[in-house]
Amino acid sequence: MIIKVENLQKSFGDNHVLTDINAEIEENEVISIIGTSGSGKSTFLRCLNLLEQPTGGKIWFKGVDLTAKGVDINLHRQKMGMVFQNFNVFPNMKVEDNITMAPVLLKKKTKEEAHDLAMKLLDRVGLLEKASAYPNSLSGGQKQRLAIVRALAMEPEVLLFDEPTSALDPEMVGEVLSVIKGLMHTGMTSIIVTHEMGFAKEVSDRVFFMNEGVLAETGSPEQIFDNPQLPRLKEFLSKVL
Amino acid sequence: MLETMGMLVQRYYGLFLDGVKYTLLLALIAVTLGTVIGTLLAIMKMAKFKPISWLATAYIEIFRGTPLLLQLYLFYFLVPQILPFEPSKFVCVSTALVLNTGAYVSEIIRAGIQAVDKGQTEAARSLGLNSVQTMRKVVFPQALKNILPALGNEFVTDIKETSLASTFFVGDLMTCYRTINGAIYITLEPLIIVGIIYFILTFSLSKLVAFIERRIQYDH
Repeated sequence: MIIKVENLQKSFGDNHVLTDINAEIEENEVISIIGTSGSGKSTFLRCLNLLEQPTGGKIWFKGVDLTAKGVDINLHRQKMGMVFQNFNVFPNMKVEDNITMAPVLLKKKTKEEAHDLAMKLLDRVGLLEKASAYPNSLSGGQKQRLAIVRALAMEPEVLLFDEPTSALDPEMVGEVLSVIKGLMHTGMTSIIVTHEMGFAKEVSDRVFFMNEGVLAETGSPEQIFDNPQLPRLKEFLSKVL
Repeated sequence: MLETMGMLVQRYYGLFLDGVKYTLLLALIAVTLGTVIGTLLAIMKMAKFKPISWLATAYIEIFRGTPLLLQLYLFYFLVPQILPFEPSKFVCVSTALVLNTGAYVSEIIRAGIQAVDKGQTEAARSLGLNSVQTMRKVVFPQALKNILPALGNEFVTDIKETSLASTFFVGDLMTCYRTINGAIYITLEPLIIVGIIYFILTFSLSKLVAFIERRIQYDH
């Protein structure tokens, strides 16, 4: 088990976004989180690396309780990559520097090693010729592929994807999904919040359905998509499939 | 009138040049040292420890909420009492200008930093950077793009504001007018000359700032 979530709570003031969430995620597992907007999917994902500070409960990552006092969260975040809906590539750095900045700054790699790795990664996602361009000259799909390899350059043990294709033009969704799919085939432990049901069904080991801040139903893709139990899940699927 | 203006320029061009020099010098001192103070204030104002933040807010509000002329008077009389030696008028006036500009610059810097998309911070933090590394590598370089043009405009504003310092005859452009007016009792012509010089300075500098602003976009 690489991640364990115990009684996770998150509220913003009086607004309870997450209520009592429990989950265990194994190494090499691919988890898709689905649900309507506002169901707490993204907040749940962002609690895993403490981009949102949980208001209750515990997050265990490789046996360490991240919510405990005195934990150096920066150290653990290095092993939990994140890919955002809005890419969030760094416009003030060239494409290559977007990738090498963190590994070099955090002393995971020398400049040469980071450069070699960046070139290898860029080649893998078809962006090698953009290495010395600035991100603003890239398309949305290219930016998201850059954001993915930027996370990979830290050699994380888990990747968190927060709706990675939601901000993309339709014709660019495929190229990004195929990069993510390739990663998952290499055994990268991944948790992905997504609205792409076909993708979720195809790549996931397990699917989490969230409803009103509760982890309402979990199971294999077959169970969730072909044999849903909860009325809310059936209703949701009938709308999105 | 044109004849008189020509005569004045011929006779006093050294004085006008000195005036330009002092006006630019005062504005430059105000903006550079004001930026140091402004940066400090901006950091204080964004501090999580509230009393520090309140202190900065109080400073900023007081300096922005009272007339610069009053501040010039205040420091003109206050600075000599504080310092162990007798400071020049120039030092007293500069102190007021620097402290005043610092208040405005701090808001420029704070706004510039807060205008950077929150997603940038999140992305940097998700890679494992701490908050200082995030500020240094990701947020501040982007904020600079917002801050630099605004600082340029603050410099232009200060060129005009320094005219108030002529109250104390510190040799700036407006002092030139008062010197000439005092010497030969002509009012209109020296005023127009000084006005033209001010306009040339501010107009060309604003154009330069706008040009630089266009150049420092990233998508080249």
